[in-house]
Amino acid sequence: MFTYVLRRTLQAIPLLIAISIILYGILYNMPGGPLAPYLQNPHITPADIARLKHNLGMDQPVPVQYVKWLGHILTGDMGYSTSNSEPVFQAIVERIPATLELMGTSFVFSVVIGITAGIISAVYRYSFVDYFITTLAFFGQSMPVFWFALMMQLAFAVHGIPLPFGYQIQLPSAGISSGDNFDFGDRLAHLVLPVIVLSLLSLALYSRFMRSSLLEVLGTDYMRTAAAKGLNFRTILFKHGLKNALIPVVTILALSLPGILGGAIITETIFAWPGTGRLFYNALGQSDIALLMGVLIMLAFLVVFSNLLADVLYAWLDPRVKYD
Amino acid sequence: MAATAPAERPSFVVDEELHVSKVTFWTRLRRHKLAIIGMIVLVLMVLAAVFAGQLAPIDPNAIDNVHWQGTPLPPCFQDASQCGGHILGTDEVGRDLLSRLLFGARISLTVGLSAVLMEVFIGTILGAISGYYGGWIDYAIMRVTDVFLSIPLLPLLLVLTAIVAASSTKASLSFGVIVLIIGALSWPTVARLVRASFLSLREREFAEAARALGNSDRRIIFRHLLPNAVAPIVVQATLDVAGVIITESTLSFLGLGIQPPTASWGNMLANAQSNLSIAWWAAVFPGLCILVTVLSINYMGDGLRDALDPNMR
Repeated sequence: MFTYVLRRTLQAIPLLIAISIILYGILYNMPGGPLAPYLQNPHITPADIARLKHNLGMDQPVPVQYVKWLGHILTGDMGYSTSNSEPVFQAIVERIPATLELMGTSFVFSVVIGITAGIISAVYRYSFVDYFITTLAFFGQSMPVFWFALMMQLAFAVHGIPLPFGYQIQLPSAGISSGDNFDFGDRLAHLVLPVIVLSLLSLALYSRFMRSSLLEVLGTDYMRTAAAKGLNFRTILFKHGLKNALIPVVTILALSLPGILGGAIITETIFAWPGTGRLFYNALGQSDIALLMGVLIMLAFLVVFSNLLADVLYAWLDPRVKYD
Repeated sequence: MAATAPAERPSFVVDEELHVSKVTFWTRLRRHKLAIIGMIVLVLMVLAAVFAGQLAPIDPNAIDNVHWQGTPLPPCFQDASQCGGHILGTDEVGRDLLSRLLFGARISLTVGLSAVLMEVFIGTILGAISGYYGGWIDYAIMRVTDVFLSIPLLPLLLVLTAIVAASSTKASLSFGVIVLIIGALSWPTVARLVRASFLSLREREFAEAARALGNSDRRIIFRHLLPNAVAPIVVQATLDVAGVIITESTLSFLGLGIQPPTASWGNMLANAQSNLSIAWWAAVFPGLCILVTVLSINYMGDGLRDALDPNMR
C-alpha cells in the first residue's frame, strides 16, 4: 500500500510540471503579459516598462523565466498581485477560510442529502419516490448554476416566500455579514442560499451515482445469498449492500472536489462571498496574471490531488483491488 | 462499414453490445418517452433558431422609444396596458425580450454544435491514432490528454476569454473565438473514448482481414474501425452540446462570452441580477430557455445511450 501511494505521488509530479508549463506558456505570453495593467497607465513611460521588464526578468528567454518562476512557486512565492497590491500567496490564503466555510458546508450538505436520496431511490426502484428523485437529479444536472442562483435570490431574497401564520422566508442575498460581533444565526442565514446553489450539482451527481451503484450491488449473487440465509432486509442493505455500494461513491466524492471549487467561483461572484472564487473573478477584469496563475495552479494541484485521493481510497476500501 | 453490417452479426459474438441494429435502436429509443419529448422540444428550438428572423416580432436590437420610459416593460400577460405590445416584456434598455430570446437561441445552439464538432474532430483523430497505433504515440497522446484533463476547464476558459478581451477591444471576443477556445480545450474526453474503442476494435478479425487485404492504415481507421466506434462518440457529443451551452451561457453571463448587443441567453442575464426586484421576466425567461434546452438534450443523450448500448454506463 505504501509503495502504491508513493508511486502514484511520484507520477503526479511530472503531470503537475507539465500543467504548469502549459499554464505558464498561455498566461505569461499573451499580449501585454503580466505588465498589461501598467501598459494602460498614461503615467508610465516606455522607459519605465523597460525597467520593469528588466527588474522582473522578463527580458530573459521564456524557458529561463519559467524555471525561475517554478523556483519561486516551490518556495511559496507566487508573485505580486497587481489588483490587490499584496503578494498573491497572501491574497489567496486570506480568502481561503471563507471559501472553505462555503465549500465545506455545501459538501457535507450534499453528501448527506445526496447519498440518502440515492439509497431511497435504489431501494424503492421504479416507485413514485424514485421517479421524483431521479427527475430532480436530472434537473439539477441540467441547471445553469448562475441562473439557479438568480432564481433563488428572486424567490427568497427579493420577494420572500410567504409562509402560513404570517411568517415569511426572507434571506440575505449577499456575503458573510460584516460587523464586529459574531452572530451565529446571522452567519447561518447568510450561508443558506449560497450553500443550496453550490450544492445543487453535486447533490444531483451523488444521488445518481449512489443509486446506480447500489442497484448494481443489489443484483449481485452475494446479496441473494444474504437474503437466502434469512437475514432481514435492513441487515442486508446496511451490512452487505451499502458497504460495497459506497466504494465507487467515495471515489466520486473525491473526484468532484475540483468541480465544487469551480462552481464556487460563480456562486461567490453572484452572492458577493468574500472567498477565493470572487478574488479570482475580480482578478479576471484586472488582468492580474500572477493572481490568476496562482489560483489556476492551486486548482490544478487540487485536481491532481483528488485523482490521487480517489485512486488510493478505492484501493484501500476495496480489498478486491490489487494495487501493485 | 460493409465488413460489419450489424444485423448480420451472429448473436453469440462477445462484443455484441457495440452493435445495435436499426430496428432495436428505434424500438429502444421509442420506449424512452422523455428522450422523445426532449427530441421534439429540441427540434422546435432549432426551428425557432433557424426562423428567428421570421418569427421575431421586431428587431432584437431595436429599442422601443415609444413605450419604454427607462424601466423594463412588463410582459403582456402581467400588465396588458403597460407592455406596449411586447409579449414577454422588454429588457432594461427597452429591447423586445421574445425577439432577443429567439435570436439568442441561434447563438447558443450554434456555439454548442460548432464547439462540439470541433471537439469531436480533434478528439476522434487523436483517440484513433492513439488506440490504433499504440506504443509511444499512444503514450505521448495519452499523457497530453491527462494534462488537459487536469486543468480545471471553466477557470481556464474564464482566464483565456478575459485575456483575449483585455488584449484588444471587447469585440474581439467574437463568436468564432469562443467556439475555438471551448472546442480546443474539451477534446480529451472524446479522445479517451475513441482510444478505448479502437484498442479493442483493432484486435478484431475484420480489422485483421482489412489489414491482410493490404488496406492503408488511414483506410482501416476511417472506413473499418471508426464506423464501429460511433455509438459512444454520438452519446458523448450529445451530452457535450448541453455542457457547452451551459459553459457559453456562463461565460456570457459573466461578460466574458458573446458580447452585446448580440443576444445570447447568457448575456441577456448579465444585467438581470441588478434588476431582479423590478423585472423578474428579464431574469426568468432566458434561463428557462437554457434549462429547457439543456434538459432536452440531456434526456435525448440518455435515451440514445440506452438505445445504442444499455451496457455503456
